[in-house]
Amino acid sequence: MDLFVTGFQNTLILFFISAIAALILGTVVGAMRVSPVPAARATGTLYVNIVRNTPLTLVLFFFALGYPKLGLPPIDFMTAAIIGLSLYTATYVAETLRSGINTVPLGQAEAARAIGLTFGQTLSLVVLPQAFRSVIPPLFSVLIALLKNTTVAAGFSVAEAGAIRANLSERGEPALVGLLWVALIFVILVAGLSVLQRYFENKWRVAR
Amino acid sequence: MTTQASGDALVSLNGVNKHYGQLHVLKDINLQVRKGEVVVVIGPSGSGKSTLCRAINRLETIDNGDISIDGKHLPEEGKQLANLRADVGMVFQSFNLFAHKTILENVTLGPIKVKGVSKAEAEKEAMKLLERVGVGHQAPKLPAQLSGGQQQRVAIARALAMKPKVMLFDEPTSALDPEMINEVLDVMVQLAKEGMTMIVVTHEMGFARKAADRVVFMADGQIVEDSRPEEFFTNPQSNRAKDFLSKLLTH
Repeated sequence: MDLFVTGFQNTLILFFISAIAALILGTVVGAMRVSPVPAARATGTLYVNIVRNTPLTLVLFFFALGYPKLGLPPIDFMTAAIIGLSLYTATYVAETLRSGINTVPLGQAEAARAIGLTFGQTLSLVVLPQAFRSVIPPLFSVLIALLKNTTVAAGFSVAEAGAIRANLSERGEPALVGLLWVALIFVILVAGLSVLQRYFENKWRVAR
Repeated sequence: MTTQASGDALVSLNGVNKHYGQLHVLKDINLQVRKGEVVVVIGPSGSGKSTLCRAINRLETIDNGDISIDGKHLPEEGKQLANLRADVGMVFQSFNLFAHKTILENVTLGPIKVKGVSKAEAEKEAMKLLERVGVGHQAPKLPAQLSGGQQQRVAIARALAMKPKVMLFDEPTSALDPEMINEVLDVMVQLAKEGMTMIVVTHEMGFARKAADRVVFMADGQIVEDSRPEEFFTNPQSNRAKDFLSKLLTH
């Protein structure tokens, strides 16, 4: 039972910190990809294409095995997993958000510029709030994928929910039962996210 | 040709050219608008009148020539351009109210974020403006809950909240149902009477007759005529204008 508590505790810690970091970084990268500055656009595109095209396992492999050899300050597995998951998920957040930005009519940005708002203000006060509202469903799919991807971190010694099953089997418990329990709790956690998604969809329904 | 402007023009365009690829949409445009003047720009679609209007606050860039507002040249992108745009009110054909903000927030956003006015002060001013255009009781609603005519009047209030030196109207009634056109035109006529400098791209000849000091007729990217409304409507000089007017009058 202790194993379940620590396991899911770590899952939730990994999820919440990575989700917040990925949302922030993803928003910045998404904004870079629609920026009028060519250098910002290029950097954003490069980042998304490199990281998104790499399997998550390899991203985490890099932080678990490659990073310590770079001679940089050592980090524990938990931090490494958070950085890896955030960098990976941010690319999906950025692309989701970019599709949302494209649904906001051009006239909205023109009206914002016409009253004297700067590019940054236009984006943060007028375009992004509307973009977020229109991508709530796909954005939550990204977050749900992140929640489940925390199990990948198990392979790199972060004791989270995915590790529970392995541990149970080692102690002779029937593997299938352990697996079912882990699956059930994930279903409950994801259901929680879905409820949150419906709440935001209702609250932020934008009529045009 | 009557009122050719002197050096004290509030809005001044000199030798302005613009291309969309092969298409030469603005051909060597010269236009001076003095303080308090109401200039109505008319012409067939594709004549460049909307592009001209949008170029004045640099929503469209120009290839060459010079545009200045109150003696200041239109700057490149950046903070300075944002400051200059704050002095130029713009009303669009499709209203473009911020869809996620209430009517009141639509009007207060500019004063608060651009001019640094306090929220309380901005809301007080905004309510006055909304009352003035006749939509005060709609303040807490979202734009989509209002009719087109009401939305356009809010858009005028939003532009006025920045206390602009000049107002640009880009076909403000073209997206409206016929019964809503007058409520918007009434607000515009009132503004003109109060001495606001206005450049209005429109198909409403009634407004041009009633409120304009000058009518500028554009065709194929050029200013073909620039005269007083009664002169233009009764005695157009060019064949292009005669043709345009005859098509209007037969329907």
